[in-house]
Amino acid sequence: MRWDAPATAELAREHGLSEEEYRRILDSLGRTPNLTELGIFAALWSEHCSYKSSRVHLRKLPTSGPRVVQGPGENAGVVELGEGWVTVFKMESHNHPSFIEPYQGAATGVGGILRDVFTMGARPIMLLDSLRFGALEAPRMTHLVDGVVRGIGDYGNCVGVPTVGGEVDFHPSYNGNVLVNAMCVGVARADGLFFGRASGPGNRVVYLGSKTGRDGIHGATMASDVFDETASEKRPTVQVGDPFTEKLLIECCLELMDKGLVVGIQDMGAAGLTSSAFEMAARAGCGLTLDLSLVPAREKGMSPYELMLSESQERMLLVVSPASVQPVLDVCHRWGLDAVEVGSVTEEPEVNATFDGREAFRLPVAPLVDDAPRYERPWVNPDPAAPVTLPPLHERRWGADLRAMLSSPAFADTHTVWQQYDQSVGAGTVVGPGADAALLLLPGTSIGVAATTDCNALACGLDPRNGAAQAVAEAVRNLACVGAEPVGVTDCLNFGSPENPIVMGQFVTALEGMGEACRAFEVPVVSGNVSFYNETSGNTILPTPTVGMVGVVPEVRHRPRATWQDGDAIYLVGAVEGELGGSRFLQVVLGLEAGPVPAVDYAAESRAAAAVRALVRHGLASAKDLSDGGLAVAAVEMSGGACGAELTMPEGVAPARALFGEWRGGFLLAVARESERAFARTCEGLPVTLLGAARGTRLRVSLGGKVLLDELVGELQRLREKGLGWLSGA
Amino acid sequence: MSAGRRRPRVAVVIFPGSNCDRDTLVAVEEVGGEAVPVWHQDVNLAGCGAVILPGGFSYGDYLRAGAMAAHSPVMAAVRRHAEEGGPVLGICNGFQMLLEIGLLPGAMLMNRTLRFICRDVHLRVERDGMPLLGHLRRGQVLRLPIAHKEGNWFAPPEVVREVESAGAVALRYCAPDGRLDDGANPNGALNAIAGLVNAAGNVLGLMPHPERRVRSLVGGEDGAALMRALVEAA
Repeated sequence: MRWDAPATAELAREHGLSEEEYRRILDSLGRTPNLTELGIFAALWSEHCSYKSSRVHLRKLPTSGPRVVQGPGENAGVVELGEGWVTVFKMESHNHPSFIEPYQGAATGVGGILRDVFTMGARPIMLLDSLRFGALEAPRMTHLVDGVVRGIGDYGNCVGVPTVGGEVDFHPSYNGNVLVNAMCVGVARADGLFFGRASGPGNRVVYLGSKTGRDGIHGATMASDVFDETASEKRPTVQVGDPFTEKLLIECCLELMDKGLVVGIQDMGAAGLTSSAFEMAARAGCGLTLDLSLVPAREKGMSPYELMLSESQERMLLVVSPASVQPVLDVCHRWGLDAVEVGSVTEEPEVNATFDGREAFRLPVAPLVDDAPRYERPWVNPDPAAPVTLPPLHERRWGADLRAMLSSPAFADTHTVWQQYDQSVGAGTVVGPGADAALLLLPGTSIGVAATTDCNALACGLDPRNGAAQAVAEAVRNLACVGAEPVGVTDCLNFGSPENPIVMGQFVTALEGMGEACRAFEVPVVSGNVSFYNETSGNTILPTPTVGMVGVVPEVRHRPRATWQDGDAIYLVGAVEGELGGSRFLQVVLGLEAGPVPAVDYAAESRAAAAVRALVRHGLASAKDLSDGGLAVAAVEMSGGACGAELTMPEGVAPARALFGEWRGGFLLAVARESERAFARTCEGLPVTLLGAARGTRLRVSLGGKVLLDELVGELQRLREKGLGWLSGA
Repeated sequence: MSAGRRRPRVAVVIFPGSNCDRDTLVAVEEVGGEAVPVWHQDVNLAGCGAVILPGGFSYGDYLRAGAMAAHSPVMAAVRRHAEEGGPVLGICNGFQMLLEIGLLPGAMLMNRTLRFICRDVHLRVERDGMPLLGHLRRGQVLRLPIAHKEGNWFAPPEVVREVESAGAVALRYCAPDGRLDDGANPNGALNAIAGLVNAAGNVLGLMPHPERRVRSLVGGEDGAALMRALVEAA
């Protein structure tokens, strides 16, 4: 079909537009669009680009605060760090492409999130990845894990941005829909920010980067649909990444911005040239006129339809003043990049394009961007999980239970994943992967920038509201473990089909929980991404609202450690008993995904986090938060597989709740003898329990004269290394 | 260094795709040198007394690591500088380039795991009294990060014999206590070779990244000795 053929209702349906949406297009234009125009509408009105099902609910999130420079709506969020520095960050999903083609899907996910950050004038300083896979026994799953990890590694390693954190988890609900959420954190001077605005009529539009090919056409519409058994047929809609060109783009764009040659800039991400052109025009209230014949094409004979909808990677759209065009092209060519003037900014708020001397399309901006459809989809309030009746738990062999948990993939040592990522390029990594949060030095300063990604999807499945709130609380605790105070959140909301009222109910209530927690901790949400339609043949993923949180340490003086040393006193901050509802103990040991997930005690959590931050900043304690697997698993992690400990639990507590209980907002702290006084002063007024000391090679936990655990830490560590050992290739 | 004395100038060559260039520039300054960025298309080394080929993925390393960079215009100047006895340090991708232009022997294969590996390794110093190893002594153990996919040094048996008998091995992967142990060899390099030096002693190539370890807050200062040695030789 020709690119200028008139659209029909049938074609609209094939583009994923509903009958009503097509009618709306006809009404707003007052005429029948051509095929290219229809494609543009379909892309910009896709769930992926328009947030049509989520927008009304995203308003529930707090987005402002004294440090916020730029909230949602730009390419990334911006928050002040101090001393004239800002941090620019965002997390985004690349779930659908990664399931179809794991290596390229994950790689281009990293590429896209990097562009969102450097587009704002920030130098990317770290990457994190929150990954969810299905059961390792599921078809293709080891191939998916291996491909995703190599894809992330090969891209980030080549561009030279360290990958320093994230998480990996497994659950059968992801068997047909893995999740790849990539987060990038950058830094910039507060007066050196740039925005995706095509302002100043008469200014010129410059296309920069890779040539446009036929790859990725309809990527945005693919990400807005459910999968069925024909998913692999969608492989041609996955893009191919070129990290070398991305590296050149980073350096070239930062140089252009540094030289003051740029008015507005945006990358061509989902929906390619279409979204960059229309979104930049919409933000500035202007229009654009483009000559599509000038767009660098990878192959001959590409039509306006293909040029507008290609999702070829590593491309940017720049708006520059007429006088800057030549200097801009000179810098780009010095970096060996294609750069071509392809149009200009107009006053009339419409985007029009010519091709081979005739008009290809002419569309008003507002109906496509600001007036895109919004839906208040029907939803049902999820019933929070009921209390669960547990089998008798007094005569268990706790050592065997702990070993079972450590042998499950959820607790596998992930070093075989992150050793495939360059974690130290940039020479600023103070705390890298494998810890609670990453901590990097802002280049040339002693300011620490910390980041973590968190979500306990098991809990969110049982209670989306409390589960999402707990994810925020865990992120706050993780940042505290490296001494960082939270300054902003980016979220990546992964759910099933919004057309299913149950899924929509999960989404709405998870946002309520996340909003409540972000308000309570006073951490605004400044950027994010919604990924719906994560379901295959009717199987929906667990609701997975991933929280990416960034924190700051005003002056890093000590290197936080996550392990204890021989002789350290070991303290618990927080409740001695946790709850078993929604815990890993129930899931792994008893095979139960059940039980209520408690609400967050914000006041207690905030007090504990503040104290731990202070302790870590002053080098008075090593800290680990109690989350998945409770105290027992935290203790194994703090042992580093090397140094044991003798711990005594207070009389009268229930062993299962003491060892494996979760949701207690607690921390395990290791304190050197000489620091105990300062430690006590800092923790005044907090619920602190001395549990024992680090020594020997065994983890011994006793209660009321009975030994609950007595295991060699080296052996426990070896169990953790089995789950993902195969990934190393050794 | 005495006040007022001019700091030694060290060229850091930037290729398209270099990604350790900025870390290297900073590290040179940190140990007292004046770091001078030199563009791959430049034909001279800006009057510098020493040159560093930094790590990264020059030209994307889509061909063979370092293969394209070997043909950059600046490489003629680097070769001339080396042949005149000027100090040259190649780190990671820079080491791969030194192999490609023949300033050091052998070639790099993919790591034996066929995976990119980034982690700390221990390295045993194999030579005494080498200017580019500064104050380091034979048998001393360093801890530095590696980050590469092609660091599995390989050469025909006669070249390996020559390298060993000539004392061209500067650094070997080792256990924390300095023992040679196949488990401590991360990539399968022959004879656990992590760094080589030429016969004249002015060209050093190594896979680990000393420029990432010049501050204790980011994991130690074991890299500072190597960086300082180059600056002092400039």
